[in-house]
Amino acid sequence: MSCDVELHKVRVSYDAFCALESIDLCVEHGEALGIVGPNGSGKSTLLKTIAGLLRPERGSICVFGTEPRRLPRGSIAYVPQVEAVDWGFPATVSDVVAMGRFAHLPWWGRFGPPDRALVDEAIEAVGMSAMAGRHIAELSGGQQQRAFIARALAQQPRLLLLDEPTTGVDAATEEALRHVVRGVVARGTPVLMTTHDLERVNEWFDRLMVLDRRMLALGTPDEVAASGAYAAIREHTHTHGHLRVDHDPHEGHEAHPEVRV
Amino acid sequence: MMHALLAPFAYPFMQRALVAALIVGALCSMMGTYVVLRKLAFIGDGLAHASFAGIVIAYLRNIDYQLGAAVVAVLTALGIGFVHRKGKVSLDTSIGVLFTAAFALGIFLMSRQTRYTLDLQSFLFGDILSVTRGDLIFIVVVGAAVFVAAMLAYRDMLFASFDPVVAEAAGLPVKWLDYGLLVALALTIVVALQSVGIVLVAALLVTPAAAAYQLAKRFTPMLLLSAAFGVTSTVGGLYASYFLGSSSGATIVLVATLLFFIAVALKRLRPA
Repeated sequence: MSCDVELHKVRVSYDAFCALESIDLCVEHGEALGIVGPNGSGKSTLLKTIAGLLRPERGSICVFGTEPRRLPRGSIAYVPQVEAVDWGFPATVSDVVAMGRFAHLPWWGRFGPPDRALVDEAIEAVGMSAMAGRHIAELSGGQQQRAFIARALAQQPRLLLLDEPTTGVDAATEEALRHVVRGVVARGTPVLMTTHDLERVNEWFDRLMVLDRRMLALGTPDEVAASGAYAAIREHTHTHGHLRVDHDPHEGHEAHPEVRV
Repeated sequence: MMHALLAPFAYPFMQRALVAALIVGALCSMMGTYVVLRKLAFIGDGLAHASFAGIVIAYLRNIDYQLGAAVVAVLTALGIGFVHRKGKVSLDTSIGVLFTAAFALGIFLMSRQTRYTLDLQSFLFGDILSVTRGDLIFIVVVGAAVFVAAMLAYRDMLFASFDPVVAEAAGLPVKWLDYGLLVALALTIVVALQSVGIVLVAALLVTPAAAAYQLAKRFTPMLLLSAAFGVTSTVGGLYASYFLGSSSGATIVLVATLLFFIAVALKRLRPA
């Protein structure tokens, strides 16, 4: 079996704080993997590590058979949860989406009609055609999010990483995004996406991972639901006000032994 | 009438100054677009002061002062990038530490000389009228090199300036683009040094681009508008200084400042 994305005993730390511990994962070609877990569970860290933005302290990561940083330009498209960009930057929606093509153009290359067509197509896919000429500061939060997803689509990546793309968007937008993601997956591109929203995970994802610094469960959405791992975490969070599984045991754990990994 | 207006440019030194003004104005203001968008306003000041050490060293070693200024400015730029990345301090702090160090080194070396003939005044405030043929060749060659590099890296630099994290994930060489920008800024500053001087060169990097930022909604128009403001400032300032008998560097910066406030006013007047 070959994996498009393969993690082996990956550990990621920020200085003394260990954000991810012993993650093993294989994402196959044309697979949508959902990643759920409480705040601070390392979901974003996992995506950043796969994107090559963070280096694992231990373990290995292979994306298409090599280290993420050694991939050819344009291989990975990453859409962060919160875009830390300057909203006053002189750029329209169309300008931002065009950046997705830049990764594929050599320094001497020309931004030609095929690039322009891909940009328009990506804007259309997220339903932003009417706003293509608008300055980015004039968009709502959900529209900004869609513009950045369009940029990732225009890039035509081999791997798409989405960090909570559905947070703060309305139901219609969410439905549009789901179509977009399923379309990307149908073309064979693996998609890794974090989410808070457990509704309709069946429709979004082929497999679901429950993460809380360690991997607590991995399987089809139905299997994960049956394992109770996510429900346990949620309950644990609600009843104890903390999320970690690496503290001293207390009675809350006895009710959900599957949380202890 | 026309004859009277063109009269200043009958002098060869004014012709050289005009060419220098055009190149310096265009180059500084275009690079300034990145300075403003990346919030690096402090760096123009920093690298200009740092280059002072190069000027002093070149003077003591009897080599070309522009070469000395360029080497020290580029090394300081790389040092700033290195300390920022490896020392995990903010770029502002890194600039603050290194440029004062280089400036202090310049003063230190100069203070140990019992007698010196270095005309400090012309380096601090610039004198575009004293541009020689040799200076002009340096300005044209280095200016052209920076311009060509900036054009080649245009798209990558735009993406990395707007959204460095996503650009890095997409495989753009963000780290090298950052270093490249610092080096290009160092060279731009050295090119402009003789025209406007150490103290005022930062204004040419920041003010025209800041004026363009007020009015432009997209990146390329901002770049072109900034270049237009920059050239208007340097050529207009040079021209005005001829009739006013004022310092060319100071007049250039004041024209740029005037354009900036006009741009701010236009933005406020323009219906949203």
